[in-house]
Amino acid sequence: MTKTRIMPYLLIAPATVFLLALFVVPLVQTIALAFTDNGAASLTNFRKMAGDLNFGLSLRNTFLLVLAVIPLQLCLALMMAMMVQKLEKGRDLVLWILIIPLGISDLAAGLVWLTILQDRGYFNTVLNMLGLVDGPVNWLSYEAPLSLFVGVVLAEMWRATAIVLVILIAGLQLIPKEYSEAAEVFGAGAWTRFRKITLPLLKPSIQSALILRTVLAFEVFAVVYALSGRNFPVLVGEAYAWQHVNQNNGVAAAYAILVMVISLAATVIYIKALRTKPEMNP
Amino acid sequence: MTALKRLLAATALTGAAISGAFAQETIFLSTQLRPVEEATKVRQIILKGAPGPVAFVVEEPSPFQTRMDAETQAGKRTISMVGALHGELSPLVGSKGLDPVDDLVATAKARGVPDAMMALGKLGTDKQMYIPWMQATYIMAAKKEALQYLPAGADINALTYAQLKDWAKAIQDKTGKRALGFPAGPKGLMARFFQGYLYPSFTGGVVATYKSAEAEAMWTAFKDLWAHVNPNSASYDFMQEPLMAGEVMIAFDHVARLKEALVAAPNDYVTFPAPSAGKGRGFMPVVAGLGIAPGAPNRAGAAAAIDHLLKPETQIAMARELGFFPVVKADLPADLPGGIKLLVEGVAKTQGAKDALVSLLPVGLGAKGGEFNKVYIDTFQAIILRGAPVRATLDAQAVTLQTIMNETKAPCWAPDKASAGACKVN
Repeated sequence: MTKTRIMPYLLIAPATVFLLALFVVPLVQTIALAFTDNGAASLTNFRKMAGDLNFGLSLRNTFLLVLAVIPLQLCLALMMAMMVQKLEKGRDLVLWILIIPLGISDLAAGLVWLTILQDRGYFNTVLNMLGLVDGPVNWLSYEAPLSLFVGVVLAEMWRATAIVLVILIAGLQLIPKEYSEAAEVFGAGAWTRFRKITLPLLKPSIQSALILRTVLAFEVFAVVYALSGRNFPVLVGEAYAWQHVNQNNGVAAAYAILVMVISLAATVIYIKALRTKPEMNP
Repeated sequence: MTALKRLLAATALTGAAISGAFAQETIFLSTQLRPVEEATKVRQIILKGAPGPVAFVVEEPSPFQTRMDAETQAGKRTISMVGALHGELSPLVGSKGLDPVDDLVATAKARGVPDAMMALGKLGTDKQMYIPWMQATYIMAAKKEALQYLPAGADINALTYAQLKDWAKAIQDKTGKRALGFPAGPKGLMARFFQGYLYPSFTGGVVATYKSAEAEAMWTAFKDLWAHVNPNSASYDFMQEPLMAGEVMIAFDHVARLKEALVAAPNDYVTFPAPSAGKGRGFMPVVAGLGIAPGAPNRAGAAAAIDHLLKPETQIAMARELGFFPVVKADLPADLPGGIKLLVEGVAKTQGAKDALVSLLPVGLGAKGGEFNKVYIDTFQAIILRGAPVRATLDAQAVTLQTIMNETKAPCWAPDKASAGACKVN
């Protein structure tokens, strides 16, 4: 009896120890760093962060990116998931190809897009061959904020839509075919079936995908850094700069705390907004 | 011996190295000469004649600081000796990562290291914290094909900022290209351009004159010049790359960051000093120094290696192979490779310019060097890249600058006039 009661705790013990050592301890240290200055409790780091030239801009840019990327990614992933679901032949191969970007590191993905979009990149070469431009067009400079933003959005979409796709496909497979078939018998069209059956039953998966993607999107850094350098400041990029370039780990920690608070808030909003009643699960 | 056996033996040796069999090896951690070819030259040529075995290990500046601090905090040293820029060694004083090297001062002075440079090595303390190792500075390089657009009457070796603007404008008018480039990328050394070149030339100071009327005029003039600068400059880290790719024809950078382009095609380039303005031709010598860690596993080995690196023949080899210049008295041979010769000429013209105005590296900022640089980079980003009003930006950033000065209590350094207490932004 006691053995079965202890067993679950024993089983989660390694993971707990791991999380405590590599997540909770650094987290506490980061909080301590952010709220102290020369060893005394203080809000100096947060004041410095809020007063910084790039603070407002990086906050705005991060939110803009999240607002642009997440809805697009969700729609795209839904479309791709439905398509893959309908495939009769070669489904595994298509899925495999679609998730290749998952295996590529952020920075490498950024560099891939840099080779496409830079002055002498493939995109300009193609435009030039088609006779649309005379010389290299500067898509990623500070003088072209719109195309820079679009470039970052494209790279993020390419890099991270696959993770949403994988979660949605897993969710789709859990939905019994009977619902759809029954609806079809009653004359529901494809769009109605998607809206009234698939989407509601997919809500738990959509929620997980959104939480995961949004948290990761608030942490966006390497892709932006590769494509824009300092031209498009984002929150985590500022944390990196304060740690490594300005060498003030207090302000870097303050940025880290801010990113964490924003991510937590987003998670809470998703959990509240996309709550599903147990009886609504498939 | 089979490859596998060799591998096993090597693994065993690595273990032994830690446990003491190789205790005599001096580990030399450097932020300088990081590229593989350069590090290989250091290992195979520069350190070849060193009295004991020296392991040359390189690290980027930020991991360098982290590692030194981690070893200090852990109380366990693996690094005996460090080589880094003045500004990178400066934070180590506060974090107790440097052991005074007063025992090596006599040799360095006897070899002819100038007193002013030795004084820099005290890092604001009364002890010698590092021994100067090698020096460099910033120069300009231009493709010879750009010379045809040089404005009439302009002497390339005595350019003014106004003439540089006219030159870049002429190229843009004729070719449609913005061919002037600056290293204003995230890893570029643009902050030093403002601190050592632009500010001194226009205002005769760096900190005290930060928001002066001259500074206001300077930023306005620089904004006009920037209209003819390649917009990718905001992403350039090393100017040798855009020069070689043909993206820019005229560039300002640290000699080590122009070297590759000049060495690859010495006949295509000319080198010349940075421009001048009302107060002179600002220039900033860069000094890299050698220090010893407190509690170094092999202090004697480190001292012997420093002695070896300061020998005139080692210093000449450094210039020939790596493009860094001697800090000791040593005459460079006439048969230097073409690219290196261009660098030497550029540096000589800079130092020998009649209106040369020397800027020292920041002294006494300790760990605040990064935030000090940020003031200048932020000012640049706000005014030049984001179009913020000059006066308001200067007034706002001056508050940050003054806070850094007050926190560090750093007195003004040349070309600002010496101050009794913390340097004041007037």
